[in-house]
Amino acid sequence: MGKRSVVPFGPQHPVLPEPVHLDLVIEDEKIVEAVPSIGFVHRGLESLIAKKDYNEMVYVAERTCGICSFMHGMAYVESIESIMNVEVPDRAKFLRTIWAEMSRIHSHLLWLGLLADAFGYESLFYQCWRIRENVLDLIELSTGGRVIFSVNKVGGVIKDMDSDMLAHFLRELDKIEEEIREIQKTFLLDYSVETRLKGVGYLSKQQAHDLGCVGPFGRASGLPSDTRTRGYEAYPQIDFEPIVSEIGDSYARCECRILELYQSIDIIRQAIAKIPDGELSVQVKGNPDGEVFTRVEQPRGEAIYYVKGEGKANLNRLRIRTPTFANLPGLCETLKGADYADVPILILTIDPCISCTER
Amino acid sequence: MAKVKESPWVLHYDGSSCNGCDIEVLASLTPVYDAERFGVVNTGDPLQADILLITGGINTQNLSVVKQLYDQMPRPKVVVAVGTCACTGGIFKECYNILGGADKAVPVDIYVPGCAARPQSIIDGIVQAVELFQKRSDEHDAAVAAAKSGTQAK
Amino acid sequence: MSKVICPPNVLEEIRLDELLKRVIELKHEGLRLAQACAAYAQGKLELSYSFANDETYELTTLRVIADVDEEVPSITEIIPAAVFYENEMKEMFDVKIQQLSLDYDKKLYRIEEDAPLLPESVKEERRAAAAAAGDAAQAAEEEKKEEAQD
Repeated sequence: MGKRSVVPFGPQHPVLPEPVHLDLVIEDEKIVEAVPSIGFVHRGLESLIAKKDYNEMVYVAERTCGICSFMHGMAYVESIESIMNVEVPDRAKFLRTIWAEMSRIHSHLLWLGLLADAFGYESLFYQCWRIRENVLDLIELSTGGRVIFSVNKVGGVIKDMDSDMLAHFLRELDKIEEEIREIQKTFLLDYSVETRLKGVGYLSKQQAHDLGCVGPFGRASGLPSDTRTRGYEAYPQIDFEPIVSEIGDSYARCECRILELYQSIDIIRQAIAKIPDGELSVQVKGNPDGEVFTRVEQPRGEAIYYVKGEGKANLNRLRIRTPTFANLPGLCETLKGADYADVPILILTIDPCISCTER
Repeated sequence: MAKVKESPWVLHYDGSSCNGCDIEVLASLTPVYDAERFGVVNTGDPLQADILLITGGINTQNLSVVKQLYDQMPRPKVVVAVGTCACTGGIFKECYNILGGADKAVPVDIYVPGCAARPQSIIDGIVQAVELFQKRSDEHDAAVAAAKSGTQAK
Repeated sequence: MSKVICPPNVLEEIRLDELLKRVIELKHEGLRLAQACAAYAQGKLELSYSFANDETYELTTLRVIADVDEEVPSITEIIPAAVFYENEMKEMFDVKIQQLSLDYDKKLYRIEEDAPLLPESVKEERRAAAAAAGDAAQAAEEEKKEEAQD
C-alpha cells in the first residue's frame, strides 16, 4: 500500500469552464476517494420567489443555466400550467418540443467539443463548436436569442415560426446531420480516442440505479429511464425510443450522446411534419394554488421542478433538482480506482453543469 | 516586452454566472468568431495571463478566488467584466448570496453588457482591453526606464 | 407511436417515525431516489422524498411534516446517494438531520447567512430564545460567582 496524499482539483482548472472543487485522495497514481465541495456558483435563486411574482419567475428559471436555459423555462411554465389546469394550444406544444430538441443538439455538440479538448484533439473541438454555431444560428433566427431565448410564458409561447422558416430548418438540419456523421467517425472509430475512453470509468447498472444516476450517464449504464417517454408537451405524438447502452464506460456515454443527436434531429423532423395551425398561447388568470412535481428530460438528464403556490402571486416554494446534482454521487463512485490522468475525462463524462447544480 | 504587448494572454474565470456568458466567451474564441485574430491567446494559468475575463456576479464564496487570481497575474493587467451579472449583479442582484458585480472584488476596466453577452460585444470588449493593455505596458516601460536612469544617475 | 405512460404522481403523507420503514420498503420495490427537499409552510417543515419507477414513470413522494426544531433521522444509511439532498436540506432550512453518513455541517454551499430559506420570523424567534437562554445562563453564572464570593 502506497502513501496516501490529498490533491486539490479546481476550482479554476483549464479543463473546466466552470468552477468545481474536488479533494482527491490518491494512493500512488490511483484515486481512492473523491470528495466534491461546491458552492462557488451558488446564487440562491430559489429565494427570488419572495421578490418576483410567478410570471416574472419564468425569466429567473431560464437563467438557472445558460446551456439548457430553454428546458428550465419550459419545466417551470409546465409546472405552473399543471397547477392552474391551463391547457396549452397544440402549436405551442410543438414549438416547445422543437426548441427543446434544438437545445439538446447544441448542448451535446458543446459537450463533444469539450471532451475532444480534454483528450487533446483541439481541431476536433473546433469542428464540434463550428457545427454548434449552425444550430445556434437557427435558434437565433427563430427566437432572437443565442443562448437564452426567453420565448416561454405561462400559457404558451411568445414567438411563432412560419412555414418558410420550418422549411429552412429542415434544409439546415440535413446539412448539420451530414457534418455530425463526419465527426462521429473520429469519436467512435479513432484508435487513440478508444484507448482514452474504452473501459475508463465503468459503472454497472445496479450501481447507477442505487446512486440515482439520470440522463445519458445512467442510460449508458443500462438504466432505461428517459423522461420524455413520460409524455409531456408534444412527445406523445412523436415516435422515438430511449437510447440505452449496456456497456457503462466513458465510450458508451460518448456513443449515447452522439446517437441522441440523430434522435433529436429525427424528433424535430417529425414535429415539423405534424405541427398544427392555431393559437400560440391562452390567457391565464388567477394565482397558482397547489403543488406539483414536474419532470422533464434535459440534455444532462431528468430535472425535477417542485412548485408550491398558496394562491398568492408569489410562490411559496420553488425547488429545482438538476441532473448534475443527481449525478454527483455517481461521479464520486466512478472516480474511485481511476488513474489520476483520467480525472478530467471522467468529470466531463457526466456532462457537469455546475451553475445548474448550485443555482 | 514588445511581443507581449502585441499578444496578451486571456484568463477566463466564471464567477457565479448562469453559464450563458461562459459558453459565449468560449464561442468567441473558437473559429467562427475567432477573437484570437486580435492577438490574444486563451490560457488557464493566471501566472501568465494579462487580461482577466470575469463572467457572473461575486458571491461570498468566490470573492477570495477572484482576488487571488487577480493578485497572481503579473502587472500590467486589465480586467473585463462580461455580461450584466458581472457588471452589476443582474437578475440575481437581490439573491441572498450575491454581493454584486465583479467590481466588488477587483477593479474593473471594461464592462461588456448583455444577458447573455453576444460574441460580437465580447470581442469588442477584448479589443478595447488589448488597446488598454498596450497603453498600460507603455506606461509601465516608461516608469521602469525612468527608475533605471534614476539609479544610474546616482 | 412511442409507448406513452403518464401515471399521476402519488403523494403519501406519513408520520416521521414511519419514514425509515417506508424508505426501506420503497427501496426493496426497486425504486430510485429521485429527489428530496424541504419546504416551509404554516409554521411547519414539509419534507418530501420522491422515488421514481424507471419502468412505469410513476413518482411516489413521501411527505413528512415535522416541527421546525424536530430531529429527523437520515436516510443515508439506507440510500447513500441521499447525502447531498440531506446536506442541502440541512443548510437551507436548518433541518435537524441526525446521523448523516457524510456531514458537511452546513458547508455544502458555504453560505454565510444561516438557513437562508427559512422565514425571518422563525429565525427571530430562535434568536430571542437563544438570547433568553443566554441570559439565563449568564444569570446562573453570576449567581455561582456570587455564591463563590460568599
